[in-house]
This record gives sequence, structure tokens and C-alpha cells, in this order.
Amino acid sequence: MTTVTEQVRTAVQPRKRTGSIVWHVFALAVLCVVLYPVVWVIGAAFKPGKAIVGSLDLFPAEPVLDNLKGLADGIAGISIGTFFLNSLFYAGMAVVGVVISSSLTAYAFAKISFRGRNLLFALMIGTLLLPYHVLLIPQYVMFQKLELINTYVPLLAGKFLATEAFFVFLMVQFMRGLPRELDEAAKLDGCGHLRTYWSIVLPLTRPALITSAIFTFINAWNDFMGPLIYLNEPSKYTVSLGLMMFRDQQGISDYGGQIAMAMVALIPVIAFFMAFQRYLIDGMATSGLK
Amino acid sequence: MSLVKDATGAPSLAGESSVRPAAHKRRGRRENLSGYLFLSPWLAGFLLLTAGPMIASLYYAFTNYNLFAPPQWIGFDNFTAMFEDPRWQKSVQVTLKYVVIGTPLKLLLALGVALLLNQSRRGQGLYRAAFYAPSLIGASVSVGFVWRAIFSDNAVVDKGLGAIGLNLGGWIGDPDLIIYSLVALTVWQFGAPMVIFLAGLKQVPRELYEAAAVDGAGPLRRFWNITLPMISPVLFFNVLLESIHSFQIFGSAYVVSNTFCGPADATLVYTCYLYQKGFQQSQMGFASAMAWMLLLAVALVTAVLFWSQKKWVHYEEGAK
Repeated sequence: MTTVTEQVRTAVQPRKRTGSIVWHVFALAVLCVVLYPVVWVIGAAFKPGKAIVGSLDLFPAEPVLDNLKGLADGIAGISIGTFFLNSLFYAGMAVVGVVISSSLTAYAFAKISFRGRNLLFALMIGTLLLPYHVLLIPQYVMFQKLELINTYVPLLAGKFLATEAFFVFLMVQFMRGLPRELDEAAKLDGCGHLRTYWSIVLPLTRPALITSAIFTFINAWNDFMGPLIYLNEPSKYTVSLGLMMFRDQQGISDYGGQIAMAMVALIPVIAFFMAFQRYLIDGMATSGLK
Repeated sequence: MSLVKDATGAPSLAGESSVRPAAHKRRGRRENLSGYLFLSPWLAGFLLLTAGPMIASLYYAFTNYNLFAPPQWIGFDNFTAMFEDPRWQKSVQVTLKYVVIGTPLKLLLALGVALLLNQSRRGQGLYRAAFYAPSLIGASVSVGFVWRAIFSDNAVVDKGLGAIGLNLGGWIGDPDLIIYSLVALTVWQFGAPMVIFLAGLKQVPRELYEAAAVDGAGPLRRFWNITLPMISPVLFFNVLLESIHSFQIFGSAYVVSNTFCGPADATLVYTCYLYQKGFQQSQMGFASAMAWMLLLAVALVTAVLFWSQKKWVHYEEGAK
């Protein structure tokens, strides 16, 4: 008996090992292609402006700091820091808005049985598939009539009014998964919905709240179309618009400054990702399952 | 206390005969009130920012509206002008090319890599995280700059392809190739659908594979007869979301092509043309008509996918 299993084992192990090597070679190859542009931008930020496009070295033999130093001058009299503060404000407020409004909405859909719930839930899911461009023009007209162009109100209104259906959906899924006994016990103890929401459901929903918060932050940080349409004064520009203005000023083929700023603009997103990747990926994964 | 409620939210009696109907009614009304109170931010958003604007844009689509004078009803003129407009036709072509080439490539890569990562090996979680990262930064202006640089004349892609004998020149300046730099950008972001595929693959019961292996089914048979049907709901979800998403590409095209449209309108994607018409030429009526055509296209794709899912999407009866 033992000899047979031993034979099997010796036959299997080398195959397993070559399989493992092939697997790692493939995975590493994909990894190199995927990460190349990210590593490239870091190296390029330290290359002399003229060498950025043509050079094939990932990192320059002699790193230069000119590109990064150039950022300190700002653009058209506005310091780069202003754009970052604006983006930080936009993204931070977006997070506050989405977390509050989406969790309230999700609680209603997941935990309260009111008349018309199924219909409204279906409508909410329907907005997931609605192209934003259909709403773009009337929203612009409305905000223009309210004299809110060139403010952050049009960018943030939707966040505070739970129009980001994806996050509502994510939280509904999560809240439905919580044990019913908890809110039934709360009800027996005389907790109203507000108490149950605040002291029981919300703390337990934390993973979904964190996932939504990080996605919201990153989406707002990357947002280009919203600021492009609603902001028209450079001192209010977010990083995305600042980058475009920078490129327009320096000339499109002068890569030094724009690549340096592009790299700096990516840092917050990459830092967030490294810190919270588990929440992001698990959040994404569950969204597709039900 | 067990109050069983039916779908409409009206409580119905279950067992507890001691509770009087009047108390139920009051309870139900209270639930309705709390429900709508909790829902009020969403309801306001839905009415003011979604439903209202949808109706308004449908109305604008049939008007001549430049934002300064009140809209003038012109019937179907925007739509006829749109169909005859060569740049509109071009934008449809460009967008379809982008969607039809980019989405399947992205999903194939996502599925392939998910199958690879689904084998438990060391470093699996790290690979998964790294492959997902581009999905988070791909739509940013920064990556748009990077893309423009690495697909330029004499840059990495050009030289790399030259080294294997493909002298295509820079893609950015070439009207035939620039769209493929955008396709490459979307394919690069395969991580998001990959993560969803992976989650689906994890749910396939192992016993199925073991049984198939006993029956002598090879890896290809197992993939075709077990994996694919078992993950078909996830595949459906990914196809639906990714194609709807690609129809709406805007930022990347704007940044990579710089002038909006690239050489010879080669990257004039639909939403960029909509933006030009609406916000640069103040033709809000025409732009609204364009937006409604986009909505119809997306609705059509959604409807066809939902209709077709009976044929290829396998839902497990009675979830475990």
C-alpha cells in the first residue's frame, strides 16, 4: 500500500511543481503589463522633460527634480495646493453625503416594510442603468437658474440625496444579511427606527460604509466631467481640471510638468487603495453576486 | 410577537390573535411614515435630480433651446438633423467600435485571469489586488496623460512594436490607431470584472468538478459544461454593466485625444460630441435629443441582454 501511495506522490509532485512555475510565470507576466504604466509615471516624473517620451529606461540613470520643482510655481498664479485642497473638499464632502444619505435609504429598503417599497426599490435599481448624460442638460439648466454654477453645490447635491444607487444597493444587500433577531430585539426593547438605525444597524454595516466611502472618495477625486461642466473659475478647480489647465499652459508636448503633476495626483488614490484594498475588492465582489 | 407582513407592507395576522386589528393598522401606518421619512433624501433626489430632469430632457429634445431664450417647440427636427449630421454618424461609429472591440476583450481577459487566480497559489491575494488597481485610476486625467505619452510617436509602445517588426508609428497621431489606445485603456482596467468573476468562481461547488473528473471529463469539458454555466449569472452581470459603461466613455477620450476628437474625428465618442453640442455650441435641444438616443441605445442593449439570458444564463433553482 505504502509503496503505491509513494509512487503516486512522486509522480504527482513534479507535475505540481511545474504547474506552479507556469502559473507564476503567467501571473508575473500579467503583473508586469498591468503595473507598467504606474511604474512608468513614477520614473518619468524624474526624467528630463525632453527624454520622457523617447526614453525606454523605466527609471532615469540620473534623476532630475526639475519637473517636481516646477510644480511649486503653480499655474497662472494659483498654487498646486489649491487644487488639492479643492479636490479634498469635494471628495470629503461627497463621502459625508453618500454615507449619510445612502445608509438612511438602505435602511428604509432593508428594514422597514412600508407601502410601495417594492416599486420604489425597482425604480432605484433602474437608475443604476440610466446614463447620466440624459440628466446632464436639465440639471445644468436647473442649477443655472438657481445661480449655483461655479459652486460645488451641483457636484454634491446628488451625493447628499442618495442618487448613487450603487452604494444604496450595496448597503441594502449588507443590511439584509444582518440577523433579523437583532432589530426584532431592539423593537421589543422599545427602540424606534431611528434608534435601531443609529445604534444597531449602522455600526454593524461598517464594512459596507467603508467600501462606499472609499469608492466615493476615489470617484470624486477622479471626477472630470462634473467639475468641467460646473466649475469655471481656476481658483475653484479640482486636481483634474488643474491638470488640464497645466497642460494647456505648458503645451501638450511638454511632458515634464504634466507627468510630474499626474504622478502627484495619483498618490492619494494609490495610498487609499493600498490601505483599504480588502474593503474595495470584497465590496466589488459582493455587488455582482446577487 | 410575530407580525408577518405581506409585500405591500400591510401587516397580516400570524398566530397572535390577541392583537387587535386596530393596533395593526396603527402599526402599519407608523411603518409607512417611518419608511418615507427615512427615504426622504432619496425621494427628493429621485424627483429633483432624476425623474424631473428626465422629463425635462425629453421635452428639450423636441425644442430649439440655447439656454438664453426660452425653448421653442420644433417637433422631430433635432432628430432628423442628427441623423443627417455626418459628425453624429461618425460619433456613433467611433463609440460602437470602442464598445464592440473593447468590452469583449476586457471581459475575456478578466475571465482568463480570474480562472488563473482561482487556483489557490501563494501570492494570489496580492495579484488580485494589483490587477484591480488600474480600475481605480484608469478614468483619471493623470492616466490619460500617461496614455498619451506612452502611445506617442517614438514612445514605448511604438518602439516595442518596432522591435518585433511592427512599425506602426505613434498611435495618438494616427486616425486609424488612436481609438485602439482607448481600447487598450479600457482593457487595462479588466480588474473590476475580474474580481466579480473570481467571486462567482468561488461559489461553484467543488463536488461538481470531482464528479466530472471521475467521469473522465478533461479540463476543457469541465470548463464548458460546469464552470461556464455556473458563472453565467456573473457573466451576464459583467456584460451588462461593462457594455453600458463603455457607451458612456468621456473623460479618457477627452484627455487622451486632447482636442476632443483626435485626428480626423477618430476619437469623437458620443458623449464628447454631446458635450460639444450642448456646452460649447449651446445647442441644448440637439444635445438632449442625442442624450435620449443614447438612453434608447442603452435600453435596447439591456433589453436584448435580458431577453437573451433565458437562452444562456443558468440560475440555480432554489438557492442553498
